Formats: sequence, C-alpha cells, structure tokens
Amino acid sequence: MNYLIGAFKPPCNIAITFSDGKTRKQASIKKDNGKTAMVPVFQSLENIVGEVAIEPIQGKKVEHTGVKIELLGQIELYFDRGNFYDFTSLVRELDVPGEIYEKKTYPFEFSSVEMPYESYNGTNVRLRYILKVTISRNYVSNIVEYRDFCVRNYSPQPTINNSIKMEVGIEDCLHIEFEYNKSKYHLKDVIIGKIYFLLVRIKIKNMELEIRRRESTGSGPNTYVETETLAKFELMDGAPVRGESIPIRLFLSPYELTPTYRNINNKFSVKYYLNLVLVDEEDRRYFKQQEITIYRLQETS
Amino acid sequence: MAPDAAAEDEDKWLAEGVAGIQHNAFYMHRSLDSNNLKEALKFSAQMLSELRTSRLSPHKYYELYMRAFDELRKLELFFREETSRGNCSVVDLYELVQHAGNVLPRLYLLCTVGSVYIKSKEAPAKDLLKDLVEMCRGVQHPLRGLFLRSYLSQISRDKLPDIGSEYEGDADTVNDAVEFVLQNFIEMNKLWVRMQHQGPFREKEKREKERNELRDLVGKNLHVLSQIEGVDLDMYKESVLPRVLEQVVNCKDELAQFYLMDCIIQVFPDEYHLQTLETLLSACPQLQLHHQKSSCSDEGLLSQPQHPGEAVAVAVSCSNTVEGEGAQHLCRREKRRQGSRGEQEEERRRRGRQQLLCSRGILEKQLRPTVDIKTVLSQLMDRLSNYAASSTEVLPEFLQVEAFAKLNSAIGKVIEAQVDMPSVGAITLFVSLLTFALRVHPDRLDYVDQVLGACVKKLSGKAKLEDSKATKQIVALLSAPLEKYNSVVTALELPNYAQVMDHLDSGTNKVMAMVIIQSIMKNTTCISTADKVEALFELIKGLIRDIDGAQDDELDEEDFKEEQNSVARLIHILHNDDPDEMLKIICAVQKHILLGGPKRLPFTVPPLVFSALKLVRRLQGQDGDVGGEEVPATPKKIFQILHQTIEALSSVPSPELALRLYLQCAEAANDCDVEPVAYEFFTQAFVLYEEEVTDSKAQVTAIHLIIGTLQRMNIFGVENRDTLTHKTTGYSAKLLKKPDQCRAVYACSHLFWIDDQDGTKDGERVLLCLKRALRIANAAQQMANATKGSSGSVALFIEILNKYLYFFEKGNPQITSSVIQGLIELITTEMQSENATSEPSADAFFARTLRYIEFQQQKGGSVAEKYEAIKVS
Repeated sequence: MNYLIGAFKPPCNIAITFSDGKTRKQASIKKDNGKTAMVPVFQSLENIVGEVAIEPIQGKKVEHTGVKIELLGQIELYFDRGNFYDFTSLVRELDVPGEIYEKKTYPFEFSSVEMPYESYNGTNVRLRYILKVTISRNYVSNIVEYRDFCVRNYSPQPTINNSIKMEVGIEDCLHIEFEYNKSKYHLKDVIIGKIYFLLVRIKIKNMELEIRRRESTGSGPNTYVETETLAKFELMDGAPVRGESIPIRLFLSPYELTPTYRNINNKFSVKYYLNLVLVDEEDRRYFKQQEITIYRLQETS
Repeated sequence: MAPDAAAEDEDKWLAEGVAGIQHNAFYMHRSLDSNNLKEALKFSAQMLSELRTSRLSPHKYYELYMRAFDELRKLELFFREETSRGNCSVVDLYELVQHAGNVLPRLYLLCTVGSVYIKSKEAPAKDLLKDLVEMCRGVQHPLRGLFLRSYLSQISRDKLPDIGSEYEGDADTVNDAVEFVLQNFIEMNKLWVRMQHQGPFREKEKREKERNELRDLVGKNLHVLSQIEGVDLDMYKESVLPRVLEQVVNCKDELAQFYLMDCIIQVFPDEYHLQTLETLLSACPQLQLHHQKSSCSDEGLLSQPQHPGEAVAVAVSCSNTVEGEGAQHLCRREKRRQGSRGEQEEERRRRGRQQLLCSRGILEKQLRPTVDIKTVLSQLMDRLSNYAASSTEVLPEFLQVEAFAKLNSAIGKVIEAQVDMPSVGAITLFVSLLTFALRVHPDRLDYVDQVLGACVKKLSGKAKLEDSKATKQIVALLSAPLEKYNSVVTALELPNYAQVMDHLDSGTNKVMAMVIIQSIMKNTTCISTADKVEALFELIKGLIRDIDGAQDDELDEEDFKEEQNSVARLIHILHNDDPDEMLKIICAVQKHILLGGPKRLPFTVPPLVFSALKLVRRLQGQDGDVGGEEVPATPKKIFQILHQTIEALSSVPSPELALRLYLQCAEAANDCDVEPVAYEFFTQAFVLYEEEVTDSKAQVTAIHLIIGTLQRMNIFGVENRDTLTHKTTGYSAKLLKKPDQCRAVYACSHLFWIDDQDGTKDGERVLLCLKRALRIANAAQQMANATKGSSGSVALFIEILNKYLYFFEKGNPQITSSVIQGLIELITTEMQSENATSEPSADAFFARTLRYIEFQQQKGGSVAEKYEAIKVS
C-alpha cells in the first residue's frame, strides 16, 4: 500500500523558511489559483537568508543526485503562456548526491541579490520572484518546491518634480487650464491641483479625474496594450462659468497602484495617466490625458 | 393638467429620494452600531447621493436636504464619539471621507467631519474653514451648490474663529472668520445669480420665483457676518462692506442686488450705516436698472475677448460625436509662460480680471443703471430716520457724518443716472429723504426746501402727473412737513412747497389743500400775516378757484360743499391782533375769494364778512385810542371792502344771502355810528329785496329780517328812519299771502315802539299797524270763508291780541283795556261761530293767552291794576 501511495505522492515534504520570516513585512499576492497569500517582502540587494527543510515521509528515503535552491526572477507573458523569461537566476547547491533518511535542514543565503524589478501582477503580464528547491533524481522526476516572495523597490524623492500645467481647449468652445502639483507621485500621495475655466460655452454636466493604467507587453508588432481605469473621481458637479477654479484633491492611497514601470526587461511597461474628463449635458466627453509617474517611497516609519 | 402632472412627478421623485435616504440611512446606522466605519461611510455617501438629483424644485429639494441633514447630524455625533474614544483620529477621518468618488457626498461628509475636526481643536479653525470653503467649489450646480454651502454655513456658524470664541486664533482671527463667511457668501451669491441664466428662457419667471425662495440661504451669510463679534465699525468699513458691495454690484443681477442691499441695510446696525453712508450710497448708482433685464449674463461675459496674450490660435480636433470612443480630445495649448506660474501670479491675474469687470461696470453705469433702488434707499433712510428718532443722543453722529448731504447727493445721482425712472420712484425717494431730514434735522428747514426743490426740478418740464401712485407720493411728501411741524406756517416758508403742489392734478391738489386746511384746523395754527395768508391761499388755490379752466362737471356736490366749508373755516381762523395787519389779511383773502366764481362765493363770502365785522367791532371797542389819518384800518374802509364783497355775492346771484349780510353790516355800521354807511347798506338790502328776492317765502323771511334789523337801528335821523320804516311797512303789506301780510304788518308795529330809554315811542302808529293787521286778518278770514266755506284760523287774531297785550303792558297809551276786551270778545265769537273749524293749537294758544291775563291780574301791583279792566269770561 505504502508503495502505491508513494508512487503518486512526493516522498518528502519540503519547507522553505526565511530566517527573518516572522519579522519581515508581508504583502499579499495573487496566486495562480486566484487565492491571495501573504508573502514576505524583500528589496533589491537584500540578503535572502533562510533554510530548507526536507523531511522524507516516514519510512521512506529520498535518493537524489543533488539538492539545489534557485532564486528566480521571472516574467510571464500571458499570451505566451508557459514561457518564462528568467531575468535573474541564482543557484546554491545544498547537497551532494546521496540519500535522505530523515528530516534534514539546509541553510541557504543569497547575499546582496540584485532584484531590479518589482513583483507585478498585471492583466497580461506577471513578474514574480521565487525560491525554487529542486531535489534531482535519476529516472524519476525531480522533486520541486516553490516559494514566492515579493520584491518592492523604493525610490528616493525625486529631485526634480515639476507640476503639470497646461492650457487646453476647443476653439471658441471650451478653454481650461489645469494644474497638478507634481508630475511624480508616490503611492500614498495626494494629487493637488486645480482646473481653471477660461472659457465655457458648452453646458458641462460634470468633470471627473480618472487614474488609468496602461500596461503594454511585448514589443514590435506583438505589442499588447491594456488600459484599465482604476479610479473615477468626480471633481465637479454642475456647469461652471468662466473664471471658476475647481480644486483637485485626490488621495491615491485607496487605489491599488503600482509604481510606474518602464520597459521592464524589454518585456513590458506599466504607465499611469491622469485623465481629466468633462462631460456635457449631451453626454459628450471631453478629455485630456497626462502621464504621471508613480514611485514607491520608502516609508519612514 | 400639465403643471399638475409635473407636480405629481416631482412628488414622486421626492418620495423616491426620501426613500433612498431612509434606506441608506438604515444601513448606515446599522454600520454605526457595529462600529464599522468603512461601511458607514459607504452608506452615508450613498445616502447623500440622493441629493445629486436635478429633478426637484428648490422647495422639494429643501425637504430632501432636511432629511439628509438630520442624518448627517447623527453621523457627526458618531464621528465625534469615535474620535474622542480614540478609535480613529480625526485627521484620518478627514482624509478618509475624501475618498468618496462623487463630489457632492464627499463634500457633505467633509463638512461634517470638518465640523468635528474644528471642535477637536487639533488644527486651527481658520485653516479648516478655508479648506472647506475652497473645496466646496467642486459643486457648481447652483441649487446643489447653494444647499451644500448653506450646510457649510450651518455647521460652521458656531465655530468661527471669532474674538471671544473658543476657536479664536491668532491676532488676525476675526479676519479669518470674516474672510470665510465672505467667501462663502460670494460663492453662494454667484451660484444664486447663475441660476437665473440657466435653462430655457421661457421659464424665466418660474426661475425667478424659485430663486426668490432660495434667497434667504444667501442672505443668511450676511446675518452671520453681522453676528461676528469682532466685526467692529472699522473692520466693517474697511473690509466687510466694500467686499460685500463689490459682490453686489458686480453680480449684475436685479433680484440679488435688491435683496442683498436690503439685507445689508437690515442686518447691520444703524450706526454702521451712518458711518459708512458714503460707501453704501456710492454703490447705489451702480446697480442694475429696474426694468431692463440684466443681459450681462455669463454669455455676455464669455464673449469678451481674452487677454491679448492668450488669444493664440488653438489646434482643434473636433470629431464631434456622441459615441464613447469618439469623444473629443482637448488639445493642448501652446504653453507660453515659462516655468511654473506661481499661485500668486494666478491670483493677481484673476483679480485683474475682476477689476476689468469692475471698470466696465462703471462705464456702463451711464447706459444702464439701477435696480429698484428706490426701495433700497428708502429703506435705508427709513431705518436711519428711526434710528435718529430712537434717541437724541445719536443725532450728533448724523451731523458729524453729514448724513443728509450724502443722502441728498446720492439720490441726486441715482435720479440723474436713471433717466427713465418713473416719477413715482423719484418721488418716493424724496419722501424718504424728507422724512429723514425732518427726523434728523428738525431745525433745518432749508433741507426740507432743498428736497422739495430737487423734486420740483425732477418734475419740471413734465405735464401734470397722471400716475396715481406718484400723486399719492407727492401728497405724502407734502404732508410730511405739516405733520412734523404741526404748522402750515413752516410750510409757507418753503418756496418750493407750492411749486411741488403745482405738479399735482387738480383733484389731488384739492385733496392736498384739504390736508393743509385740516392740519391748520387740528392744530389751530394761527396764520397771522398777510404774506402768509397770501402764500397759503396760493397753496390752496385749487379750492379757491377753478384752475386752468379745469372743468369738473361731475364734481361731487357733497365733496364740493365739504371743501368750501373747510375754506370757510379757514377764513375764520385767520387772525391777527393788530387791526392793520388784520385788515391786510382780509384784503388778501378778499382778493382771492372773489376769484372763486359763483359756486364758491356763497360759501366763502360770509366768513370773510363776519371776520371783517369782528374786526370792526374790535376797532369800535378801542375807538378812543386809534385815530388819525394814517391808520388804514378804519371801520369806514372796512365797510367799503365789505360793500364790494357783498356786491360780488349779490351778482352771483345769491340775493338772500347778500341781503342778510347787508343787514349784518348795517347793524355793525349802526354800532359804529356811521349813519350814511348804515343807510347805504339798508338801501342795498332794499334794492335786493325789490329786484332780486322774488320767491314769496324768501320775501317773508327777508322782510322779517329787515324789520328785526331796522328795529335795532338807532343812529338814523328821523327822516332816514321814516323813509326806511315806511318802505318796510309798505313791503310788509304787499306780501303775497294774507297771513304773511298780517304777520309782517304787526311786526312792523315794533318799528315805532323801541322799548328803551330814548327809543321812538309812537303809540299811534303802533295802533295803526295793529289795526291794519286786524283788518288784514279779517280779510284773510273772509277769504277763507269764501273759498273753503269755513272760516279760517283765528290764530292770527290771537297773535294780534298778544301784540296788543305787549304794547298794553309797555304802556302804550293808545292801547286800552277796552280795545283788548273787544278783541277778546271778537275772538271768542269767532271761535264759537257755527262754521268755525276747531283748531286745537289755536284753542290752546287762546286759552294760554287768557290765562296769562288772569295771571297778570292776580299778580297784584300796578300791572294787576292795569289788567283789572279786562274781563276774561
């Protein structure tokens, strides 16, 4: 009986733990099966230290040709499912070929790992970091165990952060001037600004500010662009007259944003836009889209 | 049908809205009870989303708003508890509510939390208020914006950083409070005004009505302003008022300007108005013209060219489609200003823009001025007048600020600016100004005259006023000084008074004249110089004579009598102790009333005559003292005047009246010992009697009057007297009816027997008269017999008997007891004759006469002796 079961079940349990797992900050990620799980968060150039515990199922031994742990950074394009592009791959040999009879733990350490890209889970693309333990075996398939972790890289406050200011309009119809206080916002930032109406000859019903995410994947003719509206924030209700200025104060924290990613490993980009939309009484929409950069600010706390 | 249906729809929508609020409020409360803040915020935002409706009229929207308002109170309470318990910091809460996606719910929540925030004092009230009032700009829909800002005003009222308030901030704290309220006010007013220009033109009136319902929301801000402790006079003068006025003037909306001016006047204290009069008044000529619709709508503003620098061609993409993806793309304009233009620059530019509007407003003043400014100004003046009247202590303040001069010039400007303001408006203003002047400067008659003069100027060049309202106002204008000074004399000193009256139509003019007279009567004002009388009669000339040949055929007889009686009373009241002056007065009056025409003379001449006679009597009383040539007031002269006057009356013709007056004069002349004058008057009386008095009844009355008067005359010489008595007796005997003849004749007997010391006592002629009377009585009796078949009344005999008895008693030697006896018997026989008609009154009369005789007999003494001989069987 045992033998039969053993044929379908891995002959051992593999547990990957981080040495500072208890204290490390965690983040939720979406797993393949749609569930969310909490995973530790790392940032680039951190040491990733931990241990791998291999515990054979009772009364069994695991024969192997070597045990290794890999740290992989992968980009997965959904239209190209199944193909992973590893942009980072580090390996540590944990054990020489042999047999494992009882629970055995292997400490591992990847020091100062360069993880330039952040974990990302988008519409068409996923970037993820995993620790992969492989027990290589002859004749039978290798035993593999994955452990996800999340990478977040923090940016310093940009030294140059100009406001976005622009006059736009449709001749003899609508002229507005808008201003957003910055062009670069961190994830918990507030967009402050105002819209100044220079000329209004249409009957405006309302005005809203949208935050749009544009994710483009692939390159060349195989570029896929997906735009997603993450926030619709009504700025104004009713029709303004010339000379009115409408304040903008939009808190970014309630929205699930990521930093702006530009040309990640030549595979994908994620950009954010503020889209100012004016709707008139006939439901015509007049809009102006402006890119903003979003970055992750090191939380001081 | 349609309006009903619309109303029904509205009710339905309201019900839906209320249901929505209740539904979400229920869940909100449930979340509150379970301390689930996130859920509570979600439901409260949903609840407030009901207020986003555009389908309700202001009235219904208010109902909806109140529902939400109640719920928000509860929410606020929850927030307060939550934060005080430390479950959630108010700062976080302040951010949290701003996550709401829709602007209207977001701002309601923000205000609600803001209220808690201020109360917590974790941040200065001024910063929070500033933030709130700024953020509220997000709602530009007039109705929703107004209610939102009204909510803001409501929750912030007790949280202003006023002096002495627990939210008091730094040194400039009042400024902050004021700034906040002002800004909210300005924004609300803008929204309110904008309402007028949105929607179809045909619903203009409806909108106006709706706006009117909303006006208190706007006005409340001014009330709040006035409640701020820290707003002292200086501050009011320096910042509050100019700012408010700027808004009022610039909004160019008639309804708003009128209402707000009114508000300003009503909510701020009087002394502030007094001290800022100039500012307040200078705004007036800049207000919108009443009837002209303010065409300076947003549309007008929009068509203004941009700043020169900005007029740059714009790239346009106009794929004007309704489809989702074909939405229009706003094109980017070339960005010319380098770098980031600072906030300040922005502000400066905006202010420049506003100034541009301002100066334009001034330019246009000439073309299209004001609202119903008169009401506003009137109210202001009324208030100031009341203020002045409230206490005498404040009067110096009025003087100090030269309130009158300022008001006067302001009104002048307004009137000048509004060329086509109807007269009634201008006059209303003058009435108010006059009231003000009277209250504040009772001693400055020249002010009153100035006002009247201005009024004359305004009215000059125009025909008589037709507008009944305007005339009413003029009456008020003219009555005001009368009431104040209780004396027409004052009015008479105002040169412009009469001129103003000239502008009234004749009917009103009369009414006004009546008012004047009544005022004189009421106050028994003494008009004591000829000049004044002259002026007065000039004023009331509408009553004295027909003006400009105005035909008032359909004149009400009673009114006319009433008027003329008033004039008569007025003439009586004219008096001066100095005879010379009095004579002048009389002359003046005479001059005027003689112009009165036939209808008026019978009313006006008698009082004049009697007034003159009164003077004569007075002169007569002091006869000894006055004398000399140069004294103009001699009885003689007066009699001349009287003569003329009465002559005028006799030609009217009103002979009976004239005759009476002649007789009166004659009697007065008698008392003055001027025989020729008296004789002349009698002659005139007789001439009238002969030529003009034709009615037999009038003749009877006249003859009796003549007899009576003549009887009392004692200055005539024998010849004159004989002539007159002879004439009189002759007239008496020629009366038409026998009984009248009889009575007149026996009355004539008195002419020969004056019962005083040196009076004529011609017993013979007395007897002659009586006998003649008897003869006539007899003839009358016979005539009665002949025509009616029964003897006439014996009353005549009894009357004659009484005369006999009178003269018998007086000692006329010709009247003896036997004659009397005979007469008694005659009467007795007459009464007992077969065909005598029984006459109870005659019987009684006779019985009483007999009883008198008996009584006299029993009295004893000489009288009894005299009567002894008469036997009364």
